[in-house]
Amino acid sequence: MTLRFIGAWIACFVLCFGCVAGVLLALHFGLEPVQRVRFSEALLSAGGLLPLLVLVLLAATGFLAQWLTHAYFRPLRRLAEGTRLIASSNPGFRTEADGMTEVRRLAQAVNLLAEQRESAMNDVAVRIAQAHAELDEERNRLAALMSELAHSVVVCNAEGLILLYNQRARELFSGGVRKVGDRAPPAYIGLGRSLFSLIERDLVAHSIDYLGSRVAQGEPQPVAAFMIASGPGRLLRARMAPVTATAGAGKPGSAMEITGYVLLLEDASEEVALGERRDRLQQRLLENARAVLASIRAAAENLLNYPDADAARRQQFTAIINEEAHRLGAELEHATREYSDAIKSHWSPEQIRAVDLVELIRRRIESHYGLATHAAELDTDAWVNVDSYTMMLAVCALARRLAEEWGVRKVRFRVTAAARSVHLELEWTEARLPAATALAWEGAPLDLAGGADSLTFREVLQRHHGESWYESDPASEYSRFHMLLPLAAPDRPPAFHPSRDSRPEYYDFDLFNQPDQTRELDDLPLRKLTYTVFDTETTGLDPSAGDEIISIGAVRIVNGRLLASEIFDQLVDPQRPITEASARIHGIRPEMLQGQPTLKPVLSAFHRFCEDTALVGHNAAFDLRFLQLKEEATGVRFTQPVLDTLLLSAVLHGDLESHVLEAIAERYGINVVGRHTAVGDAIVTGEIFLRMIPLLEGRGIVTLRQAREASQRTLYARVRY
Amino acid sequence: MNQRILIADDEPNIVISLEFVMQQSGFETRTAANGDEALKAVAEFRPHLLLLDVMMPVRNGYEVCQTVRDNPALKGVKIVMLTAKGRELEVAKGLAIGADAYVTKPFATQELLDTVRRLLGP
Repeated sequence: MTLRFIGAWIACFVLCFGCVAGVLLALHFGLEPVQRVRFSEALLSAGGLLPLLVLVLLAATGFLAQWLTHAYFRPLRRLAEGTRLIASSNPGFRTEADGMTEVRRLAQAVNLLAEQRESAMNDVAVRIAQAHAELDEERNRLAALMSELAHSVVVCNAEGLILLYNQRARELFSGGVRKVGDRAPPAYIGLGRSLFSLIERDLVAHSIDYLGSRVAQGEPQPVAAFMIASGPGRLLRARMAPVTATAGAGKPGSAMEITGYVLLLEDASEEVALGERRDRLQQRLLENARAVLASIRAAAENLLNYPDADAARRQQFTAIINEEAHRLGAELEHATREYSDAIKSHWSPEQIRAVDLVELIRRRIESHYGLATHAAELDTDAWVNVDSYTMMLAVCALARRLAEEWGVRKVRFRVTAAARSVHLELEWTEARLPAATALAWEGAPLDLAGGADSLTFREVLQRHHGESWYESDPASEYSRFHMLLPLAAPDRPPAFHPSRDSRPEYYDFDLFNQPDQTRELDDLPLRKLTYTVFDTETTGLDPSAGDEIISIGAVRIVNGRLLASEIFDQLVDPQRPITEASARIHGIRPEMLQGQPTLKPVLSAFHRFCEDTALVGHNAAFDLRFLQLKEEATGVRFTQPVLDTLLLSAVLHGDLESHVLEAIAERYGINVVGRHTAVGDAIVTGEIFLRMIPLLEGRGIVTLRQAREASQRTLYARVRY
Repeated sequence: MNQRILIADDEPNIVISLEFVMQQSGFETRTAANGDEALKAVAEFRPHLLLLDVMMPVRNGYEVCQTVRDNPALKGVKIVMLTAKGRELEVAKGLAIGADAYVTKPFATQELLDTVRRLLGP
């Protein structure tokens, strides 16, 4: 602005001075020679007034230039900025009408045009939205279907970039920061990230080869199955199928081409461990039984084949047979016990209506033990989470003892729901049990699975997080076993709640068309890059004076979309106290940092999170200074290209003075929520950055390199923390 | 001169019975309760035939068998593997590493005796 002002001033001055000089010269040459001499003399005698004249001219033209700047140049420049903003990123923005009447009229005209354009755009947007609604619904249906699956699903393109994953996969690979002492940096699942950061490349490559050859042979739907050892002691069972497209679609005889893969994963660690345990158990039992039988058989055959052996010998062989027979008994006992433990660890509760459970129990009691049963009071809305078979056997065992040992001929059931539990009562009238008998029954092994199990009634209830007791109320004719089971909410799988809000962000099929990722990031267009937008909260403003990072938040931008579900959000124990003043800004209390990891593991996890992306921050120089000072101590270096929205704002809107986050957000019509948390600020920064990309393109700044270079040229780039 | 048989098994009860059967049939016997003892006894006792249990402590029957077969001085020794491991691949392994016969527990003592006699020849 200053340059323009000075330019205008000089121009005015030269113009005025030129005019005066011109008039004088014209007069001079227009006069008769005699008058000319007189005129020159008069001018020379007034020569002392010349500096005064110059001063007056300077002052007058200065005021003129000032007026021009305020009345025309500045408003026009603002108008141009505002118009560009409207055109490229914020159609709702309106220019300020100031300056002279003409400029104001122009601004009003621009605003009117913007108004019409916005409403036209809205119309188009509505129509586009309608057109997309159906497609979105299809996509959401697919995403919903995926998220309800019990398996983890990951879909990737032919290069192994993840296009889609469901909630289960997210849980399976939920990296996050691990507590101190865990060395390996965690892996992250995310759209556009490589599958090979989660699963060893060679393992997948083998399956890809196999599927490729199958597809080439014309097999329509080949599937590759393999096991993955992922992390300590964890085994994943994987099934992989290709996504195929016909190359040169429509042409006869065109070959199928693999464009991606669907990977189904499930955690098989427990199952495999259990299977191994059963195998070992079985093998041990078989081998020991063979060894024992060998001894018994050899001794018995000796007794039979050598009747003349002396008495001591015969006694010895008999003793061997006896001893080995006992050993076999003990071996079987051991196997039984171990096997029942193996069964116990394989516990699979299901959701069932309590009345249905009672129905199962009643049917078995009537058919197996010949007791009459009936239902006194049944709450049909009560659901429980039980292994119904085991639960049924447990209750039936009580009924059987009632019938066999106490001659009870008739039992009845009651089911009542309380606030958080379900009461299940087994009642009878014919006998009153001593409390000791009831307790003994509850603690006695049930005869489950043909005697191969040693679970007690009480253990069954405990496994269901339930309670049971015997009641014999002298005032009532009924005695009862009273069981209390936790109430389960119907229509809701107990272990798994998909988050519906963030669902649509779990897929991005546009990544199918991603160009090769290997080119230098610097020369890629800004639109195509993957970004990690980040922010930190710190104990203070001066890292060199010992201020520390206490929180890192980040969010990813993939294919021009901010993925609010793929966030990094971690508090850090700064290992130094937090001042009241800083706690007031970021709201992080000292007690919130207790037990949080220290900076080193957090930084290595964050480094992993932002692999292969460009970093974006608002006033990123500040955050980077903190990170750089820690490089030596943590061994974590951030070498990615960095963009700063503060600098970019200065590049774009040099004249609109404020470049603080709130002001920029307001300018772009972005709602600011959750500020002053690292993640909240990162999200706002990310949205700002996305609006900046078209504005930058309007200025010919298209690639990352151009954006970085333009940033460096701005005045703000010289600020150092 | 009687032919010598070394019985190596960590189960004392089967050893007692086998020793009795072999002695009754006129063989000279010695016993060992683990792999190391078995190798030591092979060196000292110079048996004509080895009844070798597979699952033994210290050194298992496969190792003993391989060690014996590696020693050219013990070339003529016959080896009968006795084992509670009855799977096909274990039998295959036993025969592959040089056992002359592979007998799965439990076995008939008379059949074992027949095998021993067949291997030792007339």
